[in-house]
Amino acid sequence: MSKKSYRQAINEALRQEMRRDPNIIVLGEDVAGGQGASGETGVVGSVFGVLSGLYKEFGPERVIDTPISESAIIGTAAGAALTGLRPVPEIMFVDFVGVCFDQIYNQTAKFRYMFGGKAKAPMVMRATIGAGLRAGAQHSQTLHPLFTMVPGLKVAMPSNAYDAKGLMIESLRGDDPVIFLESKVLYDSQMEVPDEAYRLPFGEGHVVREGDAVTIVAFGPCVMRATAAADALAKDGIAVEIVDPRTTSPLDEDTILESVEKTGKLVVVDESPPRCSLAADIAGIVADKGFEYLKAPIKSVTCPHTPVPFAPNLEDEFLPNPRRIEAAVRSLLKYDRA
Amino acid sequence: MQLSREELVKAYRRMSTIRAFEERVEKEFAAGNIPGFAHVYIGQEAVAVGICHDLTDEDYIGSTHRGHGHCIAKGCDVKGMMLEIFGKAGGLCGGKGGSMHIADVSKGMLGANAIVGGSPPIAVGAALTQKYKKTGKIAVAFSGDGASNQGTTFEALNMAVVLGAPAIFVFENNGYGEHTAASYSVGALSIAERARSFGLPAETIDGSDFFAVRDAMGRALERGRKGEGPYALEVKCWRHRGHFVGDPQAYRTPAEVAEARTHDPIALFRGKVSGAKLLDTSDLDQIDAGILQEIEEAVEAACAAPRPDIKTLQTDVYARY
Repeated sequence: MSKKSYRQAINEALRQEMRRDPNIIVLGEDVAGGQGASGETGVVGSVFGVLSGLYKEFGPERVIDTPISESAIIGTAAGAALTGLRPVPEIMFVDFVGVCFDQIYNQTAKFRYMFGGKAKAPMVMRATIGAGLRAGAQHSQTLHPLFTMVPGLKVAMPSNAYDAKGLMIESLRGDDPVIFLESKVLYDSQMEVPDEAYRLPFGEGHVVREGDAVTIVAFGPCVMRATAAADALAKDGIAVEIVDPRTTSPLDEDTILESVEKTGKLVVVDESPPRCSLAADIAGIVADKGFEYLKAPIKSVTCPHTPVPFAPNLEDEFLPNPRRIEAAVRSLLKYDRA
Repeated sequence: MQLSREELVKAYRRMSTIRAFEERVEKEFAAGNIPGFAHVYIGQEAVAVGICHDLTDEDYIGSTHRGHGHCIAKGCDVKGMMLEIFGKAGGLCGGKGGSMHIADVSKGMLGANAIVGGSPPIAVGAALTQKYKKTGKIAVAFSGDGASNQGTTFEALNMAVVLGAPAIFVFENNGYGEHTAASYSVGALSIAERARSFGLPAETIDGSDFFAVRDAMGRALERGRKGEGPYALEVKCWRHRGHFVGDPQAYRTPAEVAEARTHDPIALFRGKVSGAKLLDTSDLDQIDAGILQEIEEAVEAACAAPRPDIKTLQTDVYARY
């Protein structure tokens, strides 16, 4: 056990699994870096440094720099997965799936079903998500609802370094295609992470903080924001419960419903425009399956129905920030628990 | 030619099986026995059979929406195919794929693909596996003149060159992408020239001649098996039928269709092998009779088979969920 960043935890998971399983390969733009250039090869390790050192250890056959061709990156990974490898393609920013979505949702996700269960495509597509870096409308989206609605894909959205390592190892040992969404604003966040390999199952949420006043469900970087709001509310004696489902597909409905049964009130925090978001999805599930537990309307804290803005003050207001989460929780306190 | 009698019989059997299979598919479709859409391969038999003739089950192919011929040429079970196309239990994909998604990975057939340009990137991946594992095997991407205009195809061509993957791109230029002529839609006119500009060797060949196709594929295969990288073949061929079964083909004249049908790979093959006294016409007729019987049995089985169990609706989505 030692203190590791979210970035280091993912790197360690990949490194340990690549040592264990020679069928794992990594491919994407600048995953090594420096190909064909005059300096050192392998010094980039992907744009946020998550793959740092992998090229040096595993070489060009397993850490493969590709052209900027997302359809061919995902298609190559899909074909490799279908024929016995475990590719880990990287889409540098999740925003770029617009140019390769066919290979994700029409091809990779559907092979197993279309072929009557006689095929598997164990691919782990990594992509960075989220706003907050002043990167503008085409480098800041999250897009998890797009993947979550596709049958055949699993979707992980780790909110901390410990979960990131365990979910990555689980992804690499399963036989299904996984969309692994890494939060850019969490890459430097640190915590104690075991040195050895361990697995966290998909579809098993985590109660980050216990409380009885209101349930907050949050994913990825929104868990950090919900925690900040909860700290502020605690000063007024308001104890919120935070549930981090960790994966959006499969979704741990049971843990969410158990918490709502206890608190009777639900706020869903989602870094997404509001329509067809995970917030809307979870609100729908709870209205359907937990109607009798509810003592108050379900509130969502999402982004507005806009692209991600550039100017810092606009982007800060765009995000589901702690102030808006706190206000949503407070708006539910007037409903009587009786 | 350099093919044994046995090899010639194998090639003829496969071409004739494709023809008989597809003619029967047309009939069964018209009778309402086949749900959805069907795109038949009649007229292009020598392409699939010539390309796949020297492949093993460990070599891979990715196919198109017009994929029945590729399946048969790669050795997929004809009865399993017919059951699949009928949407019946026991089909190659359990009735979940259908004509446009028919596959048998155990035979190296990575699926018909209903997205034009869907297969080329996937074939590059299958080829990358062979390179990584040093198997000496290859992967073929079948696609058409239509797919030659897709960005995915351009990306796949470049990716194969950059990775040195043993992918063989077979462009079946049958003159039409759906209902639009290649003479209109393929700006460069020569698909081989276009492929060559990506940095890989490319040839243009006559797709009605099994022997020409097999010879060209031999050159591509030699390069791929030696680990020397990708190859492209533009195969000129003729679509004897419409885009789909039932297409009235108002976009081309009866004279053009009649001319297309004069390019008949099966008649050409029969003429060549009987002319060279390699196989007798009576031998070929006997093969045909056996095939018709096999297709008849496949159709009878498909008619008699039940629909997939309703319980299978939600199976096979994930390995584990």
